[in-house]
Amino acid sequence: VGFFFSLKACGALKHQKKKTIFLRVKDYAGKDRKRKMPWCFHICIDECSLCLQKIQEDLNKQLLENLVGFLSRSHSDFQEKTTEWTCRMKFREIPTAALVLGVNVTDHDLTFRGLSGILQDNITPYVALLEAKDCPGIKNLMQKLMGQLMKCDIDVDSLEDEDCVQVSQNRIRCSMSSLISWYESVKKKTDSETPSKKRNSSSRHWQSPPVVVIFKDMESFTTKVLQDFIVISSQHIHELPLVLIFGIATSPMIIHRLLPHSVSSLLCIELFQSLSCKEHLSTIIDKLLLTSQFPFKVGEKVLQVLINIFLYHDFSVQNFIKGFQLCIVEHFYSQPLSVLCCQLVDTKKRACSLSHDQCENIRKLQVLSWLKRLKEETVKLLEDLHVYHENYVLILRCLHVFTSSLPKYPLGKQIRELHCACLENRVWETEEYESSLQLARMLNKTDLVTMLQQCVEILMSSSGKEFDKTSEKLKEFLTQFQNLEGGCVPSFLCTTFFLKTLLELKESRRSKKLTKFEMLRFEVVDYIDSLVRKYLIPADDRTLHEVVYFNTASVLREHLNAAPRTALHTALNNPHWYLKNQALKCDGGGISNKAPDICIAYKLHLECGRLINLVDWLEAFSTVVMAAEEPNADAASSDQVDDTIHARFIRAISELELLGFIKPSKQKTDHVARLTWGGC
Amino acid sequence: LSLTETRSSRSLQVKFVPDEDVLKHITDDTGTKVRKDKAQLSVSVKRFVKKLENISDNEAQEILEEKNYVAVLGICAQGIMRNGSNIGGGEVYSFQTPKRSNKMSELASELACTPERNVTPDPSKCPEKMAKTPQSNKHSSSNKVQQRNEKKEFVSTTPYRLRKRLGAPDPYLESESEYSASCSEEEDEEEQKEVNTVLSDQKTPAKTKAASTPPPRNSLAKKKKDNLVEEYFEAHSSSKVLTSDRTLQKLRKRRLNQQTLRDLLKNAPVPYAAEIRDLNQQHESLFSKWMLQLHLGFNIVLYGLGSKRDLLEKFRTSLLRDSVHLVVNGYFPSITVRSILNSITEEVLDHIGTFHNPLDQFEFITKRFKEDSSLELYVLIHNLDSQMLRGERSQQILAQLSSLPSIYLIASIDHINAPLMWDQAKLSLYNWLWYETTTFNPYVEETSYENSLLVQQSGSLALSSLMHVLHSLTLNARGIFRLLAQHQLEKKDNPSYPGLSFQDFYQQCREAFLVNSDLTLRAQLTEFKDHKLIRTKRGADGVEYLLIPVDDSTLTDFLEKEDEDV
Repeated sequence: VGFFFSLKACGALKHQKKKTIFLRVKDYAGKDRKRKMPWCFHICIDECSLCLQKIQEDLNKQLLENLVGFLSRSHSDFQEKTTEWTCRMKFREIPTAALVLGVNVTDHDLTFRGLSGILQDNITPYVALLEAKDCPGIKNLMQKLMGQLMKCDIDVDSLEDEDCVQVSQNRIRCSMSSLISWYESVKKKTDSETPSKKRNSSSRHWQSPPVVVIFKDMESFTTKVLQDFIVISSQHIHELPLVLIFGIATSPMIIHRLLPHSVSSLLCIELFQSLSCKEHLSTIIDKLLLTSQFPFKVGEKVLQVLINIFLYHDFSVQNFIKGFQLCIVEHFYSQPLSVLCCQLVDTKKRACSLSHDQCENIRKLQVLSWLKRLKEETVKLLEDLHVYHENYVLILRCLHVFTSSLPKYPLGKQIRELHCACLENRVWETEEYESSLQLARMLNKTDLVTMLQQCVEILMSSSGKEFDKTSEKLKEFLTQFQNLEGGCVPSFLCTTFFLKTLLELKESRRSKKLTKFEMLRFEVVDYIDSLVRKYLIPADDRTLHEVVYFNTASVLREHLNAAPRTALHTALNNPHWYLKNQALKCDGGGISNKAPDICIAYKLHLECGRLINLVDWLEAFSTVVMAAEEPNADAASSDQVDDTIHARFIRAISELELLGFIKPSKQKTDHVARLTWGGC
Repeated sequence: LSLTETRSSRSLQVKFVPDEDVLKHITDDTGTKVRKDKAQLSVSVKRFVKKLENISDNEAQEILEEKNYVAVLGICAQGIMRNGSNIGGGEVYSFQTPKRSNKMSELASELACTPERNVTPDPSKCPEKMAKTPQSNKHSSSNKVQQRNEKKEFVSTTPYRLRKRLGAPDPYLESESEYSASCSEEEDEEEQKEVNTVLSDQKTPAKTKAASTPPPRNSLAKKKKDNLVEEYFEAHSSSKVLTSDRTLQKLRKRRLNQQTLRDLLKNAPVPYAAEIRDLNQQHESLFSKWMLQLHLGFNIVLYGLGSKRDLLEKFRTSLLRDSVHLVVNGYFPSITVRSILNSITEEVLDHIGTFHNPLDQFEFITKRFKEDSSLELYVLIHNLDSQMLRGERSQQILAQLSSLPSIYLIASIDHINAPLMWDQAKLSLYNWLWYETTTFNPYVEETSYENSLLVQQSGSLALSSLMHVLHSLTLNARGIFRLLAQHQLEKKDNPSYPGLSFQDFYQQCREAFLVNSDLTLRAQLTEFKDHKLIRTKRGADGVEYLLIPVDDSTLTDFLEKEDEDV
């Protein structure tokens, strides 16, 4: 028995707390002698997270502004007691905001955190966030609500009151009336505060601020709880300026599905729609990947994996970002040349401080290079790469203007699809590109003109001089189109056309003589084509692309989208994959009898049905093991199963039980039940 | 407590949301795309990004897409996957298919005599093997023929060769080794025979193939697919499972207790020690990377075959020596989230005092970690998927704990279904980076606590608890239990012993002057039942049977000890 208690279940190890050196991320990296993370890594990671933060804020800005507007509107009614308000009071309606946030539930937290932050800063200290899992009944809901509201109170008040609040929180009877009396008391307190303090608080919050209750996941709440809460609080709406916010993942219809008419009529609902997760993703890709702002880039396969995880697994922008950050970490960790991955201005400095080994690495990549001029060469190549990327993005956007308005989007509707296609291989050699060009040659005049104008705008937005000539040329095309008054061909391309008929049409028109407009259109498309061929070369073709492009998609998949079951399967069925021993090698999916015990036991159990007789299993196991150990000694020693083999068998099956392949069964003596199928 | 639990489970209800709504939500701008995909013109199937939209498309296309999806997500052209994930899901997860009863032993003999193909042939061993292989094949095929004609033959447990190998034929064993279904009810013999014939008839062709040189996988797989539906229903058509009736006791094998098991295994040679060491060294080279990633806000989960305990221990000793860290042995049978939280509050945060519930405690921890930004804690959990920690609530709290910025979690999982513990919300809290660390190390510590260690059942725990409970009872009560135990031991050779019927038991107790009415006996039995000392089972005839759910050796020990006491 002592054995069972000799080991401690869990133990914290502490070494003189005062002396312990707490290392922050950067310090840690510096201290780690084995592998120093380059400084540019931290710059890159920091820049990335800063930029992401900004994007998130911008994206939510509109939504939050609308919400704040809604709150102030409903609140000013309460303040001024307008006719509308009295009318609403008569019907006891609670102002409610339905916030449609999309299916990526895990991302909602961020939005709610931002929302409650803004509300607490600008409108009211009284914000409560409720989650369905904390509120199985109305009582729990009230408890949670009051607990959170009173905590807000502490933040506003001086800390002296903390003790009394702490005590009362546990004792207080959680009912609507106690909530109202609490509200009255805090209102009085804020009113009677010293003038200086009052000014301070009034600048941030309004007089008699509303109480905002946020239901984070409306769909998960039980109908009864929601109904009760709404009915009860509507009774007291004139005493307690309550505002509800529903977080909705599906569609606003859910409100009516969850609540009967008698209850939903107590709500005065206004609908707010957040950006869909797909748009969110597009923005992030646009701002993070399709800029030359970041030195770090991801390759085609990697981007594809990230996008696929997003589309097929979770719709979570957070996870996409996590994946992107992992890419940065992996790149700087595994690619020795990543020291050069930095902003263009720093490149020269960085290149000068390259060590001999690093130079050797570069030399391996470039076929011809002299060590003397290597560093200068490298700087030049990196500058070229930077310029290439700037140009690439501009032309990609121009091409996207065209491809995104073609019927059936042969190259994809989103710019990310086009980007993937261009990164993968020479886009002009693909079939899709060919058909896009054919379709582009059939665009009508107005479309073509607007597209050209958009392209000019894109090109003009760049700071470099590279595209001055190009935009000049495009402008020239534009003026030519304007001069084409006479020979204008009626537009025949509308998006509902089927591609086939269009192509047929084209065939039939080939014989006819081309009009002036058609000639010009051909010219424009050919010009765009030439731009594409010049600038949208896949990054793999560039020298030193390894410095900034991260391409090992397998690593990403391994760490983000792992398949533990497959790993177990491989280890059990094909141990040679891991243990590189000749004896384990076996062709044709079989298994050697010299495999580790657990593999043999596993392989044997695959031959069984739902129940496995342990005796049979043991015998079969010992047959195999003994044959593997001493193939000659056949009948002599094997009167009984050897104790060691018995023990090994026990170990193997208890391991299989731990792994979840079998479990003990009471259906029959000395039998175990099998829990998995397949794999044989 | 149970009340709150049921409540919480109710709150997790999934609300019905019509497909249209979800669809509309997911794909608001896809109207045109659906048409495009159906047309399938020059649009390459490679555009997975667009695949999302075609929900109503036909099956063939879906399969095609699935393939493509696997191609892109799965085997990325560059970089060989280390864990060989080029196995599709279908191979790892599939339906239950009917199995013939003696297939295992057949495979065993096949494996036993398969010459190693890649090792340079050893002239001394070769002839024997060569001679053996065809023999065994011939034998098994002849066996098959016999099976078709005579049912008796089919029913035999092990092929002749195997039995010979295991020792001289034991007549007792032979006569007993009949297959029987697991169901305890009476069975219609006719019906069973029918099942047998069906099984043997259907299976024979497939088996002949398997016994001869294995055919190329493709054709087999194809054949498999055709029969899949049939096989599925065949496997599920009857609740009976045919297995042999042999028990470990008849093997006349002494049961191993924990200590001898350990000693035996310690002395057993470790095969492939060098390769395993290499493998582990590969993993150890990742330590500094893990450290970096932990500091960047990721948490790390290790999976793969083999105990990861030593690996984590090594990580701890080599990198965490100067930092505050907590080691949680998840496989420990009495571990709870509570104890983990307690050790954080008491030992790491030096807090004295208790908490009402884990949530309060968690909030306290959050507060403390927020207040003091210099506070950092590494948490190492061996077997995050253990029995005690896999519950929804435990995982929720651990996930929340791991999401704190200054708590770094590194954990290991082993169970094949472990990832099912986590829903999307928990996964995002955990923020895992998955690392495959197949070590092939034996799970020594992890399995040592398994009470159900299938074979040996040391019984020391059961015995001590038995003694403990019995000592707290009256002399009469102990007498009653003794009576039952003795009777059970007398009948230990009868495998179908149902237990002692209540009436008989009452008679015996009366005769021994232990009870005076059946009510007293019933009251006493209720007490035994509460302590899980006995089990009652109602037989087919409605009679109540009493049974002590402890194995015989433990019971013998118990009686011996009792005798000593008295």
